[in-house]
Amino acid sequence: MGQSLAGGGSASSLTPNQPTLQFGRAPSSLRARPRIGDPLFKWATGFFAVLIAALAVLIMVEMAINSKLPFAKFGFGFLSRSVWDPVKEQFGALPFIYGTAVSSVIALIISVPVSLGVAIFLVEKAPRKLSNPILFIVQLLAAIPSVVYGLWGIFVLAPMLRNHVYPALQSTFGFLPLFQGNQNGLGLLTAGLILSIMVLPIITAVTTDVLRAVPGTQREASLALGSTRWEATLIVLQNAKSGISGAIILGLGRAIGETMAVTMVIGNRSQISASLFDPSYSIASVIANEFTEATSEIYLQSLIELGLILFFVTFIINMLARLLVWSVTRGEGRGGHA
Amino acid sequence: MPSVGRRKLLDSTMTVLTGLCALFAVASLFFILGYIFWGGLRGLSLGFLVNSPKPIGEPNSGIANAIVGSVILIALGSAIGMPVGILGGIYLSEFGSNKFGLLLRFLIDTLTGTPSILVGVFVWTVMVHPMGYFSALSGGVALGIMMMPIVARTTEEMIRLVPQSLREAGLALGAPRWRVTLGVVLRTAASGVATGAMLAIARIAGETAPLLFTALGLNYMSTNVFQPMASLTYQIYYYAQAPYEEWHDMAWAATLVLVTMILALNIAVRLLTRNRHQQA
Repeated sequence: MGQSLAGGGSASSLTPNQPTLQFGRAPSSLRARPRIGDPLFKWATGFFAVLIAALAVLIMVEMAINSKLPFAKFGFGFLSRSVWDPVKEQFGALPFIYGTAVSSVIALIISVPVSLGVAIFLVEKAPRKLSNPILFIVQLLAAIPSVVYGLWGIFVLAPMLRNHVYPALQSTFGFLPLFQGNQNGLGLLTAGLILSIMVLPIITAVTTDVLRAVPGTQREASLALGSTRWEATLIVLQNAKSGISGAIILGLGRAIGETMAVTMVIGNRSQISASLFDPSYSIASVIANEFTEATSEIYLQSLIELGLILFFVTFIINMLARLLVWSVTRGEGRGGHA
Repeated sequence: MPSVGRRKLLDSTMTVLTGLCALFAVASLFFILGYIFWGGLRGLSLGFLVNSPKPIGEPNSGIANAIVGSVILIALGSAIGMPVGILGGIYLSEFGSNKFGLLLRFLIDTLTGTPSILVGVFVWTVMVHPMGYFSALSGGVALGIMMMPIVARTTEEMIRLVPQSLREAGLALGAPRWRVTLGVVLRTAASGVATGAMLAIARIAGETAPLLFTALGLNYMSTNVFQPMASLTYQIYYYAQAPYEEWHDMAWAATLVLVTMILALNIAVRLLTRNRHQQA
């Protein structure tokens, strides 16, 4: 403990009239002093806690202020307009909302079953000695930076899909509009696939937490009634339903806000096309690509308004997810070992 | 109800299927890492680490400026984000068990969930735009903002793990609350807080999006925080999108450097906290 600390308010609220003892040294003073230390400490730390919380609000307010122009010009029609023409200063969010939504949904369709499988394996099948290292390895997937996924997507995943997977998909399901058109490897489906790997760790981790929070007595009761392990697991899943939904929604929030990897593989063209092979654009990636190049004020502000939409969507999604996860893990998981 | 045989068959099928899912997740990490090592080692050399970028075609190009830039940006971000995060976390754990604390936690978690690109937009509107130029300082602020909620929440959790009896012992000795918190509670939780801070560093070290409109990038060595500054992540993004084979190799090599750093941090944290994990 530093020298400076010894001088401060050394009187205790518990024993105001008793001599004050200090750690590791003789009391420097036995007199009670005005107790300003504690309130000061509370206010000082409180200031920083409020500062962090205020930043969340400030980000929203700042973006709202800086998107007045397009809001005045297009109103809520901004959401449903599909034109994006910086030259004629006509802007609409629909193609980006479409690209964001479809790539995220593709990501969930692929990663949800796999993540649930991993989580079930970790909690219900594997012993702790095996499940903890596997969980750690899966967590490392989340530690890999987004831009690295993008690089890998451009140079490894996209060529692989273009040369092998997409032609096969087209020859099998080519009658569907989803799988028509030419495939250069960069487009909605590729973005969705990259995202599916990126959200896998978060869905897995939260689902693992949720499943571990389900009391073991439920499994024992089910097994005692003669069910197989899998049937007992189904009971557990049934009871963890809302928490698992929370995990999935949390993954969705991640996918929607993901920027770099998506920007690098989605193809960056503002269009709404039925084909999943076609290039598209997401909200985050159009901001990443065009923000520093925006030539006019309304162009820039339209990008910021897109950011505001993204903020609200992720806000609602994360709030919902937290409520759902909390409803299952409350009192169990986190606080259990305190 | 299906026969016992079929139920047992389904049971073992699901065991195999879920095991395959786990195998797939583990394999995809090694698959990606394998490509990074394979692709990165080709371009990696001592010169690559100590030289700055040279024009296309010239030999001995390197990413020293990006490594230095990343270190400066991360240091700036930590200097801004960590004190705020730790002090905020102390407040949440010591004084935050009321409605106001819940509101703060809710907003702080909102900030954690905010896409990082929007933090970049925010810092652009409040700093870069009024100042009139891109700067490493604004990049550091953006990274700092990203760190704050993460550090605050891990600090809070770690402090909560400190047994109540330790607080009571400190208070019983007549120490004021703030001294008990700083000298006993925070000190006991120090290793946990430190590992949380390390994870936060690992997290922001990989960020690109908040730097796009703040620190931007720079093609030469610079340590001036009032100028744009290179970073490993921005450099990877920039090189990957360029049409030159040579730059692609450099992007892979830079990725190898970055991923090695980040994984080392993560694994170090894991090793440091292994005892806690085993108890839990």
